[in-house]
Order: sequence, then C-alpha cells, then structure tokens
Amino acid sequence: MHVHAPAPTEEEIRGVVMPLASLEGPLLPMLHAVQDVWGFVPQGAVPVLADILNLGRAEVHGVISFYHDFRDHPTGRHVLKICRAEACQAMGGHAIAQSTLQKLGIGWHGTTPNGALTVEPVYCLGMCACAPAAMVDGKVVGRVDEARMHRILAEAGA
Amino acid sequence: MRDFIIPQYPPGAEPHDDRDMGTPAKVGLPVTLTVDGFAITVPEGTSVMRAAAEAGIMVPKLCASDNMEAFGSCRLCVVEIEGRRGTPASCTTPVTEGMVVHTQSDKLRRMRKGVMELYISDHPLDCLTCAANGDCELQDMAGAVGLRDVRYQAPEDRTLLNHFARRDGAGVNAHYVPKDESNPYFTFDPAKCIVCSRCVRACEEVQGTFALTIEGRGFDSRVRAGTPEDSFLTSDCVSCGACVQACPTATLQEKSVIELGTPERSVITTCAYCGVGCSFKAELNGDQLVRMVPYKHGKANRGHSCVKGRFAYGYAQHKDRILKPMIRDSIDQPWREVEWPEAMAFAAARLKGIQEKYGRKSVGVITSSRCTNEETYLVQKLTRAVFGNNNTDTCARVCHSPTGYGLGKTYGTSAGTQDFDSVEQADVVVIIGANPTDGHPVFASRLKKRLRDGAKLIVVDPRRTDIVRSAHVEAQYHLPLKPGTNVAVVTAMAHVIVTEGLFDQDFIRTRCDWDEFQFYVDFVSDPRHAPENVELLTGVPAADLRAAARLYATGGNGAIYYGLGVTEHSQGSTTVIGIANLAMLTGNIGRVGVGVNPLRGQNNVQGACDMGSFPHELPGYRHVKLPDVRAIFEKAWNCAIDPEPGLRIPNMLDAAVEGTFKGLYCQGEDILQSDPDTHHVAAGLAAMECVIVHDLFLNETANYAHVFLPGSTFLEKDGTFTNAERRINRVRKVMAPRNGYEDWEVTQLLANALLKETGGAAWHYTHPRQIMEEIAATTPSFAGVTYDVLEEKGSVQWPCNESVPDGTPLMHVDGFVSGKGHFMVTEYVATDERTGPRFPLLLTTGRILAHYNVGAQTRRTDNVAWHPEDILEINPHDAEQRGVKDGDWVRLASRAGETTLRATLTDRVAAGVVYTTFHHPATQANVVTTDFSDWATNCPEFKVTAVQVSPSNGPTDWQERYSEQAERSRRILTAAE
Repeated sequence: MHVHAPAPTEEEIRGVVMPLASLEGPLLPMLHAVQDVWGFVPQGAVPVLADILNLGRAEVHGVISFYHDFRDHPTGRHVLKICRAEACQAMGGHAIAQSTLQKLGIGWHGTTPNGALTVEPVYCLGMCACAPAAMVDGKVVGRVDEARMHRILAEAGA
Repeated sequence: MRDFIIPQYPPGAEPHDDRDMGTPAKVGLPVTLTVDGFAITVPEGTSVMRAAAEAGIMVPKLCASDNMEAFGSCRLCVVEIEGRRGTPASCTTPVTEGMVVHTQSDKLRRMRKGVMELYISDHPLDCLTCAANGDCELQDMAGAVGLRDVRYQAPEDRTLLNHFARRDGAGVNAHYVPKDESNPYFTFDPAKCIVCSRCVRACEEVQGTFALTIEGRGFDSRVRAGTPEDSFLTSDCVSCGACVQACPTATLQEKSVIELGTPERSVITTCAYCGVGCSFKAELNGDQLVRMVPYKHGKANRGHSCVKGRFAYGYAQHKDRILKPMIRDSIDQPWREVEWPEAMAFAAARLKGIQEKYGRKSVGVITSSRCTNEETYLVQKLTRAVFGNNNTDTCARVCHSPTGYGLGKTYGTSAGTQDFDSVEQADVVVIIGANPTDGHPVFASRLKKRLRDGAKLIVVDPRRTDIVRSAHVEAQYHLPLKPGTNVAVVTAMAHVIVTEGLFDQDFIRTRCDWDEFQFYVDFVSDPRHAPENVELLTGVPAADLRAAARLYATGGNGAIYYGLGVTEHSQGSTTVIGIANLAMLTGNIGRVGVGVNPLRGQNNVQGACDMGSFPHELPGYRHVKLPDVRAIFEKAWNCAIDPEPGLRIPNMLDAAVEGTFKGLYCQGEDILQSDPDTHHVAAGLAAMECVIVHDLFLNETANYAHVFLPGSTFLEKDGTFTNAERRINRVRKVMAPRNGYEDWEVTQLLANALLKETGGAAWHYTHPRQIMEEIAATTPSFAGVTYDVLEEKGSVQWPCNESVPDGTPLMHVDGFVSGKGHFMVTEYVATDERTGPRFPLLLTTGRILAHYNVGAQTRRTDNVAWHPEDILEINPHDAEQRGVKDGDWVRLASRAGETTLRATLTDRVAAGVVYTTFHHPATQANVVTTDFSDWATNCPEFKVTAVQVSPSNGPTDWQERYSEQAERSRRILTAAE
C-alpha cells in the first residue's frame, strides 16, 4: 500500500513532525515519525526538516544515511527483518535466510513482486537467547525455523 | 575561550610561518611540557600536536588543520605519553604540566605505517598524473611515515572492494562515484577521497554554510554536497573554496591547477573586490596566474575567502579587455586605436581647449574606489594642481558619503571604529541595511562563527536576508521595516533606551557633551518616537522593536554593522547619526567587541575617501577652505589651490546638461550603470565635449567617451588598498600590466601632457612608494605609513603616526577624535518618493554573492553560473494580484523610467516591497531609480523607488535603443585597418 502512495506534501510532513519540534534533539524522533507514517523517509522531507530545525540539507541527509533503519524508498506492505548477527547465524539463521530469499526469489532489501513483503537484514535484535530471531513489522519473533518462517510468509501474503 | 578562524600566531613566531600547526591557537596560562626531549611552554588548552609544532616537531597528521577544531579521526598523529596507557591522538590530547611526550618510537612508526597502508589501499596510485602531485598531504605523509609497500592488494578474482577502480570483477564497480565537475572552479573526485572530513568541517566551522556532510557509515562513508539529488552546484555550496583549501588530496581541486599545473611562485597581495580587503597569495607559474589562495596571516580574513576573491579573477585575461588607448572626435564615431602619446596629446589638447573656452571649472575628475590609494591621490591631485579646481568626486558619493558626514559630525572622523577581529568579542550584533553573507562574505563567516558561539543577532532590513535565518544561525529579532523608514526605527530604539533608563550614564557624562545629550533626551523621549506610535509608519511590530532595543542596550558588548541600506536614502546621513547616537547612549564605543562599523562596498572606498576624493576635502578629511591645510599642499605641489569646494557627481551632471561642465576624467568607475536615474546620467555625459574613461573594459560610460585609456588590474600594479577597518594593505604587482602602464602611470602621463601644454613642471613619480611618501608627509593620520612599515608589519590601520606607530585597531578608546561625542537629533522626514495608485510598490536594490557592483569584473568570469541575470523578487501576494508567475518577464516602471526583467516569487520581501540587483547592463535597474538623494551628501536614494510591476513580453524601448546605441558605440577600428 505504501508502494503506490503519492509523495507526501510539505504540509503533511510538517503536520507529522511539528509536534516533536520542542523535544531536545528532535531530528531522530522526527525521522522515526515520518517513517512510521509513510514507511520511508521521502527526499521531500529533507528540506522540510532542515528548514524546521535550521540545519543544512546536507546535515539531515547525513543523519538519515548514517542509520540503515531509515529508508529512502517505499517498502512492501510488510517488512521482515532477519537477524544476521553471530548468535543467530550460529543457530541456523543463515540457512533460513538463504532459503527464504530463494523461496521468494528476491535478494536482501528486495520486495516480492506482489508488493506484499520486503526482506531486510538486521544485525542483532537482542534476542540471542532465542536465536535465530526475526522481526515482522516491528514485532520480534524468536526460534525461527522453516515452519515458523512459512507461517510468517503466508500471513504476509508473500 | 574564543578562538579565531585562523589563529593568530604567538608573539615571537615567524611572521610568515605558513606551517599548519594542526590545531587552533589557544589563550591561557602557560603550561610547560617536554616533547622529544625539548621543553616547550604553551598556553593551557593547547593540543600536544600544536605544542610539538611550536617546538618545531611536526607530528604526522591527515585530518587535523589549524583552522578547525581537532577531530581525531585519521589516527596518524598518535604519540606516546609517559605514564599514560596506549597511544593517544596528539590532536585531541591537551597538554598538561610536566607531560613527557614522545612522537617517535618503533611502536608509533609501525602503527602509523599500518594506518597509512590502509589509507593507500583505497587510494589510486596515479600520483604522477595527479593534479596534486607535489602539493598533496597524503603523499607527504606516506613519505613521513616511510610507507614502502601496500600489502592489501586486489584479490585475483577482482571482486575487490575499493572506491577508485571504475570496474571490478563483476563489471562496473558499484562503489565508484565519478567526478563532480559541476562547480565552474573546482572538481570533486570521490575516487581520491580519504574521508578525513576536513572539507565538511571547513564548510561548517570556517565558512558556516553546512553544505557538506558525510553520507553513510563505515566503508560506505562518502563526502556529499547536499543530498543525493544535488551536485556541488545545486547544493547549498557558496564556492568559498574553504573545502578545496582544506582537502589534503586532489579530491577537491581547483580546475585551474588541473589545467595549468602546480604553481611555483607566489606573491602576497590584497583582493580587489569588497571592503573586507582579504589578503591572498597569488600563485603563479612565470606570469601565468594559477590560483588565488587566501593568505593565512591576512589580518582581515585570517585565511578565509569567498567565491569572488578566491576564484573570480578571470576577468583580467578576458577577451573584452581593452589594451590599447583609443580616441574619437564624437561619440557616434567608431573608436580608433592609437599609441599612448597620441591619446594623451589628444586628451590634453581637448581639456585645455575646454578650459580656455568654458573656464577653469568646466572640467573635473571622478576617482575610483577600486584603484589604489596612490592612484586616487594622483587623480585628485590632477584636478587640484593641474586643472586648478576642486571638481573631484568618487563613487563613495553613491555609497558611503553619509557615513563620512554622520560619523564625522558625531565622533569626529569618518571611519569604522573597530577591526574585524572585534566581532569575536561581540555579544549582541546589530545589522542594519547590510547583507553580509552576499556583500561581505568573509566577514559574514566570522560573524556567523561568533553567532554559533552564542552571540545574539538583531537584523534591521526590509528583506529577510540569509543572515536572518540560515543553518545554525537565527536572528533573535528581524525588524522588517518599510524601505525609507530607517530614521524612525533607529530613533524609536533610542526612545526605548532613554525612556526605560537603559542608557550608560557614566559613559555619556565622561565621554560626550552633556548639554547636547540633555537636548537629545528631550527630543527622543517625545512619545511620538515611541515604537507603538511609529509602528504604522515603519511596519515594525512595536514589541519586537522594544525587545531589540533592550537587548542591544543590556546584552553585553553591542556592535553595530551597517551598509548601504542605511546610507542610500534621502535621510542616509540622519540614520548614520542615529546609529552613532545609539552606540554612545549605550556606551558601546571605544573597546573591543563593540562599535559602529560601516561595511564598505568596494575594496578601496575607505582609501578613496581618505585620499581627498571629495570636492570639499583635501586628503585626511580636511576642508579646502582651511588656509593652513591648503598651505601644506600648495607647498608640496607648488601651486595655488582653489579655496572653493568643487562639484559633486550629480552637480557635474547637472552642470553638463546646463552646458557649463564639459570635460571629465573618470577612472575605474561606470557611472552610467552605477549612478541613479540613468537617463539623466546619459544626458549629462552626452553633453560633454571630452569624456576620458580609464577602465579595463569598454564599460557603459565609455559609450559616451571620446578618449579611452586602458587600465591595469590589481594583479598588475603596486600600491595599497584601505579596507573597511581602516587597514592599509599592500597590493603587489604579480605580473606586468597587459596594457603597458599601471594606472598611476597613466594619470601621470595625462598630467604631464597637460603640464606640457601649460608649461608647468612635470611629475616624476617612478614608484607608488614615492606617492605614499608624499601622502605621509602631507596627511597626519598617514604620517607613519611607509612601504617599509607595511612590509614589516603586513598591514597597519590608520591613524598611524608618531603617537601610534603601530596603527590604531580601535578608534575612540580614550576619547573621541572630536574630543566629546556629539549627540544630534534625528527627526524623521519622509522621502519625496512616495507610493501612489500608479506606483504602489517600493523597490529596493542590492547585491548578490556571485557578483560585484555593476558586474564589469564578475560578469566576465564563471560566476555567471550562479547568477546569469538580474531577477526581481516579488511577494507572492503582489504577484498574484498582477498575474505574475515565477519566472515570468515583468515590466518594472517608476516615475524615472522602466525596464524589464524576470520575476521570482518569494516571501523574503514583504508584500508591497520588491527587490532586485544591479549587476547586469541588460537590465539597468538604475533606469528606474530616481534622482532623489541624501540631504547632506547627495548620496542617491537607491533603496527607495516607487514602482509598478506588470507582466511583459520583451525589452522596453529604452533597453532596445540603448543596446543598439551601445553596440554602435563599441565599434573599434584597429590600427591596422
């Protein structure tokens, strides 16, 4: 649904971020708010945030690009993050990731052709005790095996 | 503590020490440490790296530079400190008492070599064909650490990961980013970048633009101008060159160096653009100028520059430059190239004929604020000693003549009170009618640095200029007054300060005339001056005005900087007086961090005024009616000086139209384009019988000239410029004059041709230093200025004489030049230029960063990439009413005339106000401006013109007629034809 959404207008972006303007260090909360609403941080948000916070456009871009979590393009309707850190890899996370990508016919950061699911790598969800771990639309899932992954994909409509 | 953009060197340091000390100088208590066995004492807060450099030991470094704070990212400057674990970075480690530092050991050498090896593994090894070859810090450091091998090679399968190879095993290398050549003056080649962040930090700390960033993280980290949608040209970059200067590799490199090679010699000289007067190193190969680099020890700029001084020098070699003298009998004829003697004989005969026929006072001169002090002095001497009248005026007439009057009347002398360093101690800065980020960019950078450190800012300007709000800088109060109401605003501020008891009574009692102050208090306390009562007139919200006045009066060191938005009004002089009153009221005069500072428009407008360019003043601001002053010059020049003041520029033109003024020698000024009411200027020039234009180009005035004398650029002559802080800077000859003579020589040739006709004794100057000797001998404030002193000290600020041999950075420290400071009443009188049904909008004019005044120089450089034409700024509300869309051609008409140009819609200007620049002759914004002028000094009212704007589809009749006439007038028959 995000895929075909028109780019938000300046007024819409201001509406989302202005309530956060009085925070100390407001840029990151604002970027999260934008991504929460539109699923990504559109280019059009950069000059708006720079203007509100009186920063250079370059500075805002520098912050966005520093954090891999901020996306500059829309995702599928659901986002699946598979942990690629050491503990999860040791517990079979790598194999599950590979088979999942293969099944979906996409690479990392790819979106399924029907726009249902985007798969992204993540480095540690703090779930090492329940490795291998994944995250679906912000919700963590532990002890991911083939069956559980199958259910995740089915639920997402991928 | 407050540091300087470029630190001043401690006393005792080599005066021309160009070494990069790594981190900025600090001020503090002395701390003694030992570096490699040498004891060294430095101020507290100094880095170990800088302390080592002071001891003559240069620790290897890549990311550190002494014009920015330490960053600690390159890990090359590691040292060992006895009693401490590990190997701290010397740039980020402050010295402590008794510290024992070792900069060399096996361990350190291994580490540095290892770090360097990693850098070089991701850097192309094309040194021999690289533009920075021989001028590359990366190369130097590879040598310094003894790098002999790079073990990290591309794997056999070529699935290599680096940033510089165009292709890898899989085809195109996804990490390779091609060169960005969008900026006309420098290239950005990411393949050579080591991501040391020096450019990003220079853009932030030195220039204050924040146009660059580091994109991504880890191996993906790249320097980026703006966002992924930008190139250097479309980003916020203002092309100041600070990043290019900071880059330790060829990543950011001047195109001129790429094209011409590494320079092999350099000459220190002074920029010929604005009144900041930046010192530059002109770097050359033979007589080929390769680049201009800001000079680290320049006391005005402290190593910084702007796009004009740094890059826009190409006009000196432009094909439009005229290199041979030309004459013609009348202005409808083509020009005829002649040799110098013929041109001089022709000019002298004409001037003599005119004086015989119309009288001694029928000829005059206009001196140039772009030429040197020495050249200006000779031109006014020409009219006083050879023509025998005082008909001399200068372009300061149209810019800062009210400053001369206003500050002269209140403080006793016509000059800014501070040096530029002073801004670093200011707590509240008031900017009135000035746009420093465009007009005086290097000063603006220093100001912005201070603002980021916490100083408060008040801006009084009809337009929301960049300094009002730009990255990390925001004015506490912007008072967007209606054009023409400066006096009312300044008086209302004084009203608040006086009625709320915020004035500095001690200062006023000891330093100012108390009776005059009483009178002033009565005047200014009148409720009609209250912010609430002038709000309707000025458009400034009373609450803001009150708050701003309180802030200025109580916020610590208050410094006022003002520009032509103050002076170019029918009440320009009154506003200057009002500003002087404000500073006296609050005691903000006579110490560091305060003061009243006119931001001078041109490189030597201060000097041109100092040198007696005005019709009523001999050099040093001394009236011609004073017999003792005349006697000094009559003795020096062996002639009688007319005790009557001569004609000002507008009077010359009026007299020309009336038929009593017939001959003009105009040096380095384009009055047709720069002076108001172009129709009137054209009529005046056309009525003269001998107009001599002495300039680099066939400027617009030359279309009405009979003699054209080719001028020399600042690169081609010796002399001095005096900047806005009264600093006398040396201009040094970098190459021989392409036209054959330096400008002072041309004036001397003309004087001698005339003296030959009249039988007077010829002038015999062989070097400008002799002219300066004459100036020093006749002018008390310059008595101590000689070329030897300038050579030794770099520069001095006048007054410089026996009592102050080192010059005077701060004026009025112990008392005003006039003894007591004089408060004067500042009654607001509305200009006669009024809006009405036919002309409902107010036009105000100004400058833009890329261009300089009439643009004769900058239009002939690649600066046109930023600003190819004059644009009218109009508020969207006014535009909508008129059916004007962004980018439309519009007709701009006033009672004086009309022109067409393109419009842009912006809320920088309030509804009811429009704004444009006057850089392009095709627009001729001054066709529209009126001949109203300052009551005291005739400074034209450029900043207020009632206009109407309407959609248009082409040039006006005047534009077409003028362009046709200009083309016809510029025909040249070369000597061969």
